[in-house]
Amino acid sequence: MAVQVEKEKGWRSIFVTGNHAVAWAVKVARVQVVAAYPITPQTTIVEKIAEFVEKGELDAQYIRVESEHSAMTACIGAAAAGARAFTATASHGLALMHECLWWAAGARLPIVMAVVNRALGPGWNIWTDYCDTMAQRDIGWIQIYCADNQEVFDSVIQAYKLCEDHRVMLPCMVDLEAFILSHTYMPVRVPPQDEIDDWLPPYKPAWVLDPDDPITHGNLIYPAHYMEFRYLMQEAMERVKELLPKVGEDYRRRFGLTGLDFIETYKCEDAELLILTMGTMGVEARITVDRLRERGIKAGVARVRVFRPFPAEQIRRLAENVPMMVIMDRHISFGAEGALAMETKWALCSLDERPLMTSFIAGIGGRDVTWRDMERMALKAYEWMKKGQAREGVWYGVKGLELG
Amino acid sequence: MAELRTYRDWPIAPMSRPSEGALGLTGSWRTFRPVIDRDRCVKCLVCWLFCPESAIGIDEEGGPVINYDYCKGCGICASECRYGAIEMVREGEVVA
Repeated sequence: MAVQVEKEKGWRSIFVTGNHAVAWAVKVARVQVVAAYPITPQTTIVEKIAEFVEKGELDAQYIRVESEHSAMTACIGAAAAGARAFTATASHGLALMHECLWWAAGARLPIVMAVVNRALGPGWNIWTDYCDTMAQRDIGWIQIYCADNQEVFDSVIQAYKLCEDHRVMLPCMVDLEAFILSHTYMPVRVPPQDEIDDWLPPYKPAWVLDPDDPITHGNLIYPAHYMEFRYLMQEAMERVKELLPKVGEDYRRRFGLTGLDFIETYKCEDAELLILTMGTMGVEARITVDRLRERGIKAGVARVRVFRPFPAEQIRRLAENVPMMVIMDRHISFGAEGALAMETKWALCSLDERPLMTSFIAGIGGRDVTWRDMERMALKAYEWMKKGQAREGVWYGVKGLELG
Repeated sequence: MAELRTYRDWPIAPMSRPSEGALGLTGSWRTFRPVIDRDRCVKCLVCWLFCPESAIGIDEEGGPVINYDYCKGCGICASECRYGAIEMVREGEVVA
């Protein structure tokens, strides 16, 4: 890994994988407790953090736990004791954490976790799709999906700022695709430590476990009182809709790097065919858009960067003057379709005039989705929708399955 | 505790302060009750140490005394007593 220090300003230019970009963000965010359990393709995140801790570059408690279930409970304990906590996982590790994820959210602990999106078995598959994190979308965690390594680095730092705001106090998953981001080297700019310290002050807990002032957390709550706690979580998520772009704008202005926002658009202003997707597919699709425009189809792409809270209002605004929308999911909810398509549809159903929508399932289990694939999908969808047809959850690239 | 009228009065997360019997007299949950045989008891207080409900106290003579208002009858004390000084007796039955 190359590190170039610009001595004048204290900025670093590093050339790192997405996983190491996460580790660098954890370091400069001065995380105090790291719970580590290895799982491919996440392992190099906690390995790099271990190196930082061993070298004395990060003053953190590094807990080697016996499972992901324990990794999350260690983070819950740490955050409840007032420490800034971090862990990372993927796929089956995330699935094993499931009940603890509920606990972290319900306890209103602003834990940040990197999830390297990986398919679930069987069959055993270490490559990317969003089935792991999409299965965790109903549990009160903010979900940010990244598209390059700078965004990965920036998102982790901003996630702490956002989550630790006392108006929010919810945990956050920063999601990056297996191998496409996790193991791919890209240049990343790292601001000076003193400036990060100034922007991201130490964590101030909303409540704390303290032996001198004992409380029991997570005690029995009868039906007469439980529902209000759930409403407060929903209210906090609603506040994220307002606060997340502000945190992003503040970060962007301060450092000139990628600020958090809900949606990134490319040539959407005059689009007649709007591609809606997530993650790296949302960047790759820019080439598709340019190619379609060369053919005379006014295309645009919108990349959904945050899935929880779901940016329904932003998607409604995008869709207002668009006659056709193509939604591409790297996810399948068996028996339904992809999560982005399903949720976009609930967001748009209140509009008087909706675009025709065609949705695809693509790239499951790490199958490559190039601009060519997206062009094929978009052209097919265009052909169908020109005839007034909208199709749901069309699988793209399954051998022997014709698109029709 | 502050009065909980609207959701805005709620704390951010469920939590409680330690207090005796916040859920009422949980001894009513019991099916079997532990009964101490004073002749066998050597006052080692292992039962007092192991009771998960803190329902065993210490009397003036330094021996264990069971608070039946809160003892749920789990039987851990009887299981841990190496002197066989604690018998679990079905509620409603009388020991001689």
